[in-house]
Amino acid sequence: MDASTSVETHQDPHAHAAEHEHHELGFWRKYIFSTDHKVIGIQYGITGLLFLLLGFSLMMLMRWQLAYPGQALPVIGKWLPHIFGAGTMPDGKMTPDFYNSLGAMHGTIMIFLGVVPLAFAAFGNFVVPLQIGAPDMTFPKVNMASYWALFVGGSIMLTSFFVPGGAAKSGWTSYVPLAAFSDAGPGHNPVFNGQTLWLIGFIFLITSSLLGAVNFITTIIQLRAKGLTWMRLPFFVWSQFVTAFLLLLAFPPLEAAIIMQLMDRVAHTSFFLPAGLVVNGAPVSISGGGSPLLWQHLFWFLGHPEVYVLILPAFGIVAEILANNSRKPLWGYKSLVFSVLVIGFLSFIVWAHHMWMTGMGTAVSAFFQTTTLLISIPSVIILSAFFISLWGGSIRFTVPMLFATAFLPMFGIGGLTGIPLAFNSADLYLHDTYYVIAHFHYIVAPGTIFGLFAGVYYWFPKATGRKMNDFWGKVHFWPTLICMNVIFLPMFLQGMAGMHRRWYDGGQGWNVSNEHTIWGLTGFQWNAPISWAAWIMGLAQIPFIINFFWSIKHGEKVNDNPWEATTLEWTAPSPPPHGNFVHTPVAYRGPYEYSLPGRERDYTMQNEPVEPAERTRRKPPAELVPA
Amino acid sequence: MEIPYTISTRPDTGLWNAKIGIWLFLASEVMLFGALFSAYIFLRIDAAPGTWPHGLLNVPVGTGNTAILIVSSVTVVLAWAALKMRRYRVYWWYMLATISCGVIFLTVKLAYEWPQKFEHFGAYIKPDALGKYEKYLGNERRAEKGMEPRIEITGHLHSQNAKEYEVALDPVNADPDNPVMDRPHFLPLPVTDKIATIEKEDVERATMFLPTHSAYFASYFTITGLHGLHVLGGVLVFIYMWLPVSKRLYQRNPEHLANRVEVSGLFWHFVDLIWIFVFPLFYLL
Ligand code: HEM
Ligand SMILES: [Cu+2]
Repeated sequence: MDASTSVETHQDPHAHAAEHEHHELGFWRKYIFSTDHKVIGIQYGITGLLFLLLGFSLMMLMRWQLAYPGQALPVIGKWLPHIFGAGTMPDGKMTPDFYNSLGAMHGTIMIFLGVVPLAFAAFGNFVVPLQIGAPDMTFPKVNMASYWALFVGGSIMLTSFFVPGGAAKSGWTSYVPLAAFSDAGPGHNPVFNGQTLWLIGFIFLITSSLLGAVNFITTIIQLRAKGLTWMRLPFFVWSQFVTAFLLLLAFPPLEAAIIMQLMDRVAHTSFFLPAGLVVNGAPVSISGGGSPLLWQHLFWFLGHPEVYVLILPAFGIVAEILANNSRKPLWGYKSLVFSVLVIGFLSFIVWAHHMWMTGMGTAVSAFFQTTTLLISIPSVIILSAFFISLWGGSIRFTVPMLFATAFLPMFGIGGLTGIPLAFNSADLYLHDTYYVIAHFHYIVAPGTIFGLFAGVYYWFPKATGRKMNDFWGKVHFWPTLICMNVIFLPMFLQGMAGMHRRWYDGGQGWNVSNEHTIWGLTGFQWNAPISWAAWIMGLAQIPFIINFFWSIKHGEKVNDNPWEATTLEWTAPSPPPHGNFVHTPVAYRGPYEYSLPGRERDYTMQNEPVEPAERTRRKPPAELVPA
Repeated sequence: MEIPYTISTRPDTGLWNAKIGIWLFLASEVMLFGALFSAYIFLRIDAAPGTWPHGLLNVPVGTGNTAILIVSSVTVVLAWAALKMRRYRVYWWYMLATISCGVIFLTVKLAYEWPQKFEHFGAYIKPDALGKYEKYLGNERRAEKGMEPRIEITGHLHSQNAKEYEVALDPVNADPDNPVMDRPHFLPLPVTDKIATIEKEDVERATMFLPTHSAYFASYFTITGLHGLHVLGGVLVFIYMWLPVSKRLYQRNPEHLANRVEVSGLFWHFVDLIWIFVFPLFYLL
């Protein structure tokens, strides 16, 4: 296949210029307060990537404390107190409170400020309108508001590190009563304290997601190009569609819970507080009558759909890349679509599997065990369809494809290790151990994050007109893949040996972590290699960062469809102008028409009309049917 | 660049964009208030005997406010219909009526109902001192009848010193054995002039009727507060559509304004609907 044949994208170079004849926007309206979905997508993307880096850095600090508890952190340990306050790391040694802050904020930042903005908002914004052939989102101003709500929420979360007492320290789940009383009392401002700012920041993050979700769903329903029927939508669009519904319907209950916790902290109500609580040796004067379990229910009602918010966009990205690089239609498109819809529905009725320890009755737990197992069925269907899609393909191992293929087994490990957790008898033992940490990190770290990296490498040429460097992409990929596994695989074993997920000293002071050896090291001793792998993985991100910025200006220039893909975004110029398409696209066929028999190219774009000859050839020509 | 289907409908879906948008938004609002109402039910089922108050809200005022919101729901539809018939003056008047209803509702809530609660006082009596205040609580009779005990004495706080509260009693506590007091009243009974002295060491907790008072008032203030914010939001949007800016939009594209009114009207109906749940849950049950 030579490059010249692939420039059939119905565009002539002068059309660019013609599009731009309307008045030019100033710098602020064009790049900062823009209503263009592509600019907003890129804003989200950069914000998300920065927060991922920040969240990861917090974790790298915690890994020092876990591996070498109580020892002074070399070099940066000296200047960290100047940033986070003298009480956080006196003499470079981490205090328990600071450790807890880092943990809570790592989770919060990674999920709500890293993955959601990147996976849902950034890719959704940039790619979805292009893939459905739309000029923009339906509500461009709401779109801008959604980004700025995220920005405010993120800023509040960041500010909370610097208030007296430091950032929130009750875990990303903020369980009450702990969260209701932390960061309160002498030395804390009644409003400007870690936990209260966490709650206020959250309200902004939720607002941002709700605005985004409304916009995405409306856009997908209303602005699909002519001929782009539901069953011709790229799978990525479907996954974003379901994700948007999850955000739309699962976030509000958490918002309600957050409002109530805010009332508990600021107005001293007792939504989540039973009577008779004693804090620091003194009974607290509250009305009581509240229920800590209520918080858990509301939190996990969001929490579980949220984990699918983290994974579905990655499914979508991986699907696009697998089809493109195996040069084959995605296997089982319809089952994929139905599976993702079923996941979306079921994810609302499994939440209590996070609460087996609360002693629910057998009938309730039987219900939730059943639904939890049911939801793994569509997940398995999706994963299997992806694997089968590779079968017999002529695979191109491009950098996005490396990440996408690595996603498959990594997600598989994460998903399969969830099954034991679905049975409450097994989970009573595994709950709150490193096993759970390993389970979900296999899904979100080498799973979702790999999907996101794949997406960045894949759509980078659309956003910039240039490709990221292949060699440095591989230098990024291999160490990251290896380190991920060195980090998370031992955690399953640590957890099964009984290591608790919130021990501040890495388990040093606990017998279970010192008695059992796993492959020659005790549970505690495993912390050090895990931490080293984490730090090396940190270094392995440097090639990515450099490659990313360097390629914006100096990457190899490519045409509008460098991957020889079929979906509509590749018919737009790279980067697409304001309004996206030179000619309003019309879709004539499904999203993955790769290797159609009897064609000279191995890909047929969605906007290529069906030729009369093709109609008579619905079935593959006789010479291709095995005897 | 133009976004398609902002005003006209898309043929295959039969809808314009904002209409889908608002329905989705309302779906999320249902989940928000649904969660709050679920919390209310959860807390109420779990409440220890005697800790869930009854009959403390002013039912006639609540009924009046309910009527006002219902009227406003009608006027907003009439406003929209007037726009559809291109009768701007009529629209203007109906819109004004809608806005006024919203403002009256909020005024009643914020300037009358809430402050009245803030002035009311309640003292929860320690379990072992309940007998001492039997003449205000009437628990012996209630126990015989199989009713929940009373553990709180309410009224207006007259004065207090280091040792005691002096409370002008609510009728329930002034005449606790009267069967009339077993049920809440439609017309609120005024505070009596009977004064009770309550020793502070017998009191478990004493507060005004603030969110801190009980899980009941916590949910009452939170839910009505959030609902009030929604009413306020609706009123502000309506004011914008009623001001001259919107007249200019009307002159340019009347259908666009009509669509906007339709969308915000849907929101307004939803806000009314929430109140239709709030009213029985807090005032009547
Ligand atoms: C495929 C089938 C899956 C099953 C059966 C499953 C089951 C479970 C169960 C029962 C727990 C609770 C464990 C405990 O706290 O003791 C859990 C925790 C968790 N799972 Fe999964 N899971 C599955 C897939 C996923 C996916 C796809 C994601 C995310 C993208 C995910 C993310 C999480 C997270 C974040 C937690 C921990 C939350 C926390 O306690 O902080 N899981 N999983
Ligand atoms: Cu879950």
